[in-house]
Amino acid sequence: MTQLALVIDLNVCVGCQACVTNCKEWNTSGEAGPMVDQNPYGKDPTGTFFNRVQTFEVGEFPNTETVHFPKSCLHCEDPPCVPVCPTGASYKRKEDGIVLVDYDKCIGCKYCSWACPYGVREFDEKQKVMKKCTLCVDRLYDPAMTEEERRPACVRACPTSARLYGDIHDPESEVSHAIRESGGYQLMPEWGTSPANHYLPRRKTKLRLRHDEIERADNPLKVDGLLPKPGKSEPSLDDVTSW
Amino acid sequence: MHPAFSVIFLTTLIGAGQGLFLALFTAQSYALFDLLPKQDSHAFYAHGSLIALLFLIGGLIASFFHLGRPERAWRSATQWRTSWLSREVIVLPAFMGTVFLYGMAHLLDFKPVLATLPGNIAIDLTMVLGVVGWVLAFALYVCTGMIYACLRFLREWHSPLTVINYILLGGASGFTLATVFAAFAAPDLVRFFAGWAVVITLLGLVSRVASLIRNARLKPKSTLQTAIGIKHPRIVQKSQGFMGGSFNTREFFHGKSAGFLRSLKWIFLLLAFVIPAMLLARALTGQGAMELMLLAFIVQYLGLMAERWFFFAQANHPQNLYYQAIG
Ligand code: SF4
Ligand code: SF4
Repeated sequence: MTQLALVIDLNVCVGCQACVTNCKEWNTSGEAGPMVDQNPYGKDPTGTFFNRVQTFEVGEFPNTETVHFPKSCLHCEDPPCVPVCPTGASYKRKEDGIVLVDYDKCIGCKYCSWACPYGVREFDEKQKVMKKCTLCVDRLYDPAMTEEERRPACVRACPTSARLYGDIHDPESEVSHAIRESGGYQLMPEWGTSPANHYLPRRKTKLRLRHDEIERADNPLKVDGLLPKPGKSEPSLDDVTSW
Repeated sequence: MHPAFSVIFLTTLIGAGQGLFLALFTAQSYALFDLLPKQDSHAFYAHGSLIALLFLIGGLIASFFHLGRPERAWRSATQWRTSWLSREVIVLPAFMGTVFLYGMAHLLDFKPVLATLPGNIAIDLTMVLGVVGWVLAFALYVCTGMIYACLRFLREWHSPLTVINYILLGGASGFTLATVFAAFAAPDLVRFFAGWAVVITLLGLVSRVASLIRNARLKPKSTLQTAIGIKHPRIVQKSQGFMGGSFNTREFFHGKSAGFLRSLKWIFLLLAFVIPAMLLARALTGQGAMELMLLAFIVQYLGLMAERWFFFAQANHPQNLYYQAIG
């Protein structure tokens, strides 16, 4: 069984909001109708989004780290939002595990949003139905698109490749490797929802430079050391500064 | 959670309607065994059922204001296998239909005897309809309560006390309503109904206070640490990802101060339980004037509206962890 999902690398995300923008752009232009904004330029702007990038500060000054945290529907493997829906508008697809809302069936009772602990369902004030991330289901199988394009809009937009996409039930997929090898974890495991989307934790990134890498042991022009060492704050590209 | 007035009216109105029907049928059952004087079919049971029906219709109308797409409401009856909301959507009209038939059978004096109990006690159609209605009334309380109690991460609601409270609080207001009605239509039943109303109101007080105590001692299971999966003890949100509002910042916050919540708690305990119980108690000593009973019902109803507001406001949704800072 396939379970498509996103794996989001918190070590890489820089909080640029590109995924938010591209998600909105793709999904507001689709056949399911716009994701309506109200008062976009007014006093109390509000609107429907499938994806939000939040920012947290971890630790105490001065030892703090800024963590950018993208959040969208996690396509839980045991989604609590689905059984509560009285109309069957919310459902989980057998074939790929995507949790969807049928906008033509939804009565806008908002009960499913109460049943999701992650706060990722957003009610569309104009269409009066519940909306949430579709994992760009309208891209994934589009034969008019190239293989490369058949991925969620957010994944394609991410400039740092912090968002991986694939089948977490296929042990050889890129996402399964990432989860296994980089400590992928789920949000709020205490509720047993088993979110399909995983997050990769922050990791210490250390630059391991050996002295001979800086001093150029091979010394191609035989002039190293003749020039003054570049200051700490100066550009360190050796082509520019060392000779 | 953000208390929606549509749901507050829905749950309080149908609760009272169900309770009134239960009271009527209780009186009929007692009368069947000659424990209470028999009442006039028209003036008492038919009119009483009409009042119960009006409350139920009021609740039903209120519920439509909660829906974004009320024209599709019929669809909500389809998922009764998994959804308590869907079950409520089925049981409510079934119960209303039964109350209607019960009232009509009394109104038209259509009471064919269907069975006879030993001692020559005739079980007629209205008794059978009454039993069906009785079962449905309880089923409806359970459905309403379970809609909230089944949401396991809304821990203030996830408790059998939620269902018990819906039964007792609805029952209390229904029996108080029956007392008012009796003061008007069947004075010899005032003491009977007032007695039950006091008992149920006090039981409701006990179970509501029990749930207040339980909720006060709850420790949140979800924390910022589990929400974003970082173990550090000190995490603060700097930005929720947008500067304006969103559904998530409106639907899950009550928007009032903690002080308001605290005072509302005492207000509803007084209005929904203590004052009505005191007023109803006067009926037990033979001073159950119609105006006094009406006052008891109005005070209790307002108290229950406050109680319902508090019930929603007190529930702290774990999603709120993600929406704490604009920036
Ligand atoms: S993240 Fe929320 S909306 Fe998405 S599947 Fe899980 S419970 Fe449902
Ligand atoms: S808002 Fe729509 S999708 Fe959600 S529970 Fe109600 S009918 Fe189902």
